[in-house]
Amino acid sequence: MAEESRYILVTKRDCPTCQLIEPALEELAHSAPVRVFNQDGAGFPATAAADVIDDSELAGSWALDVEIVPTLIRYEGEIEAGRTEGWDRAAWRALTHLNDLGASLPEFRPGCGSLTRDPGIAPRLAARYGGGGLTARRIDLAPLEDAIETCYERGWSDGLPVVPPTPERVLAMLAGTNRDPGETLGEVPPDLVPVSIEKIAINAVMAGCRPEYLPVVISAVEAALEEPFCMHGLLATTYFSGPMVVVSGPLARRIGMNAGGNALGQGNRANATIGRALQLVIRNVGGGRPGGVDRAALGNPGKYTFCFAEDDDPAWTSLSEDRGFARDQTTVTLFAADGVQGIVDQKAREPEPLCRSFAAGLRVVSHPKMVQAADAFLVVSPEHARVFHDAGWSKQRVTERLHELLTIDGSELVQGAGGMAEGLPEKLKGRSLRKFREGGLTLVRAGGSAGMFSAIIAGWGASGEIGSSPVTREVKP
Amino acid sequence: MSETVLLDPGSERDPSQREPRALPLDLSGRTVGLLDISKPRGDVFLDEIASLLEAEGATVTRFRKPTFTRPAPTELRQDIAEQCDLVLEGLAD
Repeated sequence: MAEESRYILVTKRDCPTCQLIEPALEELAHSAPVRVFNQDGAGFPATAAADVIDDSELAGSWALDVEIVPTLIRYEGEIEAGRTEGWDRAAWRALTHLNDLGASLPEFRPGCGSLTRDPGIAPRLAARYGGGGLTARRIDLAPLEDAIETCYERGWSDGLPVVPPTPERVLAMLAGTNRDPGETLGEVPPDLVPVSIEKIAINAVMAGCRPEYLPVVISAVEAALEEPFCMHGLLATTYFSGPMVVVSGPLARRIGMNAGGNALGQGNRANATIGRALQLVIRNVGGGRPGGVDRAALGNPGKYTFCFAEDDDPAWTSLSEDRGFARDQTTVTLFAADGVQGIVDQKAREPEPLCRSFAAGLRVVSHPKMVQAADAFLVVSPEHARVFHDAGWSKQRVTERLHELLTIDGSELVQGAGGMAEGLPEKLKGRSLRKFREGGLTLVRAGGSAGMFSAIIAGWGASGEIGSSPVTREVKP
Repeated sequence: MSETVLLDPGSERDPSQREPRALPLDLSGRTVGLLDISKPRGDVFLDEIASLLEAEGATVTRFRKPTFTRPAPTELRQDIAEQCDLVLEGLAD
């Protein structure tokens, strides 16, 4: 019965419907206790009959999980017995059992959005009032401490400034995934520390990611933790390599990744920050740092970030397809990569001479006399891809031709050949050897429309079972 | 946005309050910088400290701020960091 009930009404003055329903509030407040939380200051609604609270800080509205104002909620004791949003005369009468309520008002008026639903507000309220599910340790800063400098001093930065990971920013980041912040994905080397979605989100904030990039970052971390990728060894090696991330599929375009001009370079937020977020997870969660377990003799600039999208080229299979997924699935592929080596051919108009140029460039990966060691990615630019498309050559045909052209007589590869001490054992002199292991050469499409230049991205000298293999994961929301 | 609280991005295996680096137990073979902040008679005090440190086997290098009223110039701080294993600085009278 109405006499046993009490009500909470959430309003804001800046809502015509909230102003419209003042007479109904007056009637209701004379029949039962009503507490009003008003979101935009004191003095509204102007009734003495109800207990009106200024909820400018939105604590009450947040706790009540209100989406629309006005929202009327009926309680039986401490239990919510029902709620109605906006002004719907029949619904208010049903909720309150007051059959004459709001007789002078129109039958229906929609409400307005609750201020708790304004853009960017929810993460701040969750950080302030709880409910975000965050469990990471909180670091309190002293009043004069600069947050960016603190991140440096605590060793959280790769050398470039990071975005300070405030609870508000992390909660906003977590809105980019449906996954539970507490879910753990595995142990990050070298310290083998369990990594949660929350920790990934914190590092994604620091890297500068937008929330919609988070699913890609999560998949990249998952791929890095797969055993065949050998992240521990890749981190620890004295070699140049670090994880490169290639995103293939529709989500790459939807989040604004660059697969076109300067795809391997700077200037695109998604490319730059997704690759950086993965590196920061390795650094901060796993404890992998240069001079510590990272023993690189020289390293390479891609260890800040190395991430790009594959161009959608209908004439060739996509990297997702090549790796066993469907074209409309978005995947991340991780590769233990060194830097970029350009290969120029501005004269070839037929596939064969272009393949020979590519093969000559690929021959020098690691060392011209080393075979079956490092894998390589060949990033084929549009003007080079056109040569193959015009002649009807599939990606698979190009790859196979490159393997043939890179089948080398052992006499060229043994120690001492060419006056170089480096090389294979003498006993392999009579053999023909392929430069790349089976599956060790991967072609992808990217790049701007002008320039007959493609890119060779050499891999870590330890490939396959003795080291790292490329790993592909589907990106899921 | 307020940046008074940050969430730890790491393993949380280290203390959240950073500890000062441990002092070396043995000074022999180490270079200790003595920074005179240019207060009157600071040099007299630091002369005594220098002789005690040298008796412990340390090499003492002396530095002097141009004035006690301002922080040490960047170049002076870099000199100390480059040349010394430890530094002692008097902060007041």
